[in-house]
Amino acid sequence: MNITDIKKAFPIFTHHPDLIYLDSAATALKPAVVIASEQAYYEQCSTNIARGIYPLAEQTTTAFEESRATVARFIGARTPEEVIFTAGTTASLNLTADLLASRITKEDNIVTTALEHHSNFLPWKELAKRNKAELRIVPVTETGTLHLEALKKLVDNHTKIVAFSATSNVLGTINPVSEIIRIIRSLNKETVIIVDAAQAVGHIPVDVVAWDADFIAFSGHKLFGPTGVGVLFGKQTLLNQLSPVAFGGGMVLDACALETLYKDAPARFEAGTPNIAGIIGLGAAITFIESIGVAEIHAHETKLARYACQALQKAFGDDIRILAAKNPEDQSSIVSFTLTGAHPHDTAQLLGEHNICVRAGLQCAAPLHEALNLSATTRLSFSIYNTEHDIDLLITRLKEIRTIL
Amino acid sequence: MSSIYQDIILDHYRNPRNHGTIAHPTHQAKALNASCGDKLQMDIIIKNDIILDVKFSGVGCAISQAAASLLTETVAKKPVTEVLVLEPQDVLTLLGVPLSPSRIKCALLSLETLKKTLNSQKTA
Ligand SMILES: Cc1ncc(COP(=O)(O)O)c(C=O)c1O
Repeated sequence: MNITDIKKAFPIFTHHPDLIYLDSAATALKPAVVIASEQAYYEQCSTNIARGIYPLAEQTTTAFEESRATVARFIGARTPEEVIFTAGTTASLNLTADLLASRITKEDNIVTTALEHHSNFLPWKELAKRNKAELRIVPVTETGTLHLEALKKLVDNHTKIVAFSATSNVLGTINPVSEIIRIIRSLNKETVIIVDAAQAVGHIPVDVVAWDADFIAFSGHKLFGPTGVGVLFGKQTLLNQLSPVAFGGGMVLDACALETLYKDAPARFEAGTPNIAGIIGLGAAITFIESIGVAEIHAHETKLARYACQALQKAFGDDIRILAAKNPEDQSSIVSFTLTGAHPHDTAQLLGEHNICVRAGLQCAAPLHEALNLSATTRLSFSIYNTEHDIDLLITRLKEIRTIL
Repeated sequence: MSSIYQDIILDHYRNPRNHGTIAHPTHQAKALNASCGDKLQMDIIIKNDIILDVKFSGVGCAISQAAASLLTETVAKKPVTEVLVLEPQDVLTLLGVPLSPSRIKCALLSLETLKKTLNSQKTA
């Protein structure tokens, strides 16, 4: 991968040549091809989908469904009908909770984990509370991996849902998704399994059939796509058993019948005009990723993450606590740390004064910070446009910051 | 870009005034900044409606710690009624640097904690 050429694909570097962007886990930068695809839609088609029968509307519908097919192929779905478009991971997970709500009774339990982003924690906490079910939380080990032995004890005959993330947005550990799902299925065949793949898709090869999850959620904007669009993958057999929870145009077959007749999935879960430009842009983003290759991206990102861990350790010794995967093979593009004498907020602000963008705080994962006894962390997350030089500069500035504070 | 880390802020961050706890405060409360995890506690002794002593403790960034230091320095020995009417702008004026919206939250955690403490039930 040629980094100079890759940087040229991202217009933001023309506007900010000195930008060192180490916050791609929050949102990835956008390549020109993605921006152009949205603009082309607005300039050249600009019509609604599945409504008009004039040529421009058909053109939009075709482009829209091509995006669905691209997503399906990218994640290995059996058919594009397993891909529901949403507004993002958060919307996908909340939709899943709503879809499953009627199945949950007070005898049941819902299992989630201590390393979740709030958007894969709060929907389950709320659902459990509303339906008077029990919420069970899989703890993390001292090194920040999911406690699989504890998981085995938490899943039982009354476990209706297990929701966990493929990659932690704080620690960057890649969880053994297939193995975890195999464990859950061996304990309860009926449990609906949901994977938050917001930090995994585009970073590691994802094959939904190999994973065998029932639902998988991710966001477009974290894989170089537009904001405001996301995906909920659902197993087709399950989707068509579920009743819609949002009602309106585009999702109904017979609205006048006494018992309203709804379309099959995914249409039944996509009421109203969707984010057409964004979804077309998401298709372009995936095509962009495929032109580089997920394996190549993963190799580049993990090489940087490992380099960052080593360089930070070398520079700050006992003063730094690095939160990263214990096992180098489980390392994704994310590394968080705490540094004695430099609060994450001050660190992020002072780095910002030098055009270095990092994330500071609880990173929408308060339960994990509590479990690891941390008040706040600084997070680095790498992407294809980052280099080892970025990390060297970061460390130089961190050393300066420690003399200021 | 001019740094918000001016001498006055760094001085109060490195050598915070009124840092610590009070053994038998008449009022005590805690507040939390949910986005960054900063926690602040204030211990206060009020007698005849005057803040006789005030101390703060907890973890935080330079801005939240300096703001707490400056604020406690300002309100010590003042009548409670005078302190209760303090506004966010008063804290920002004490700090004297322009802050972005996310950092304003850091600065105002001290005022929130202070008011919560003054409005809390008497502990002793
Ligand atoms: C693991 C994880 N889950 C969920 C989300 C929420 O994604 P979004 O804000 O795009 O809905 C994020 C993003 O920060 C994340 O990192």
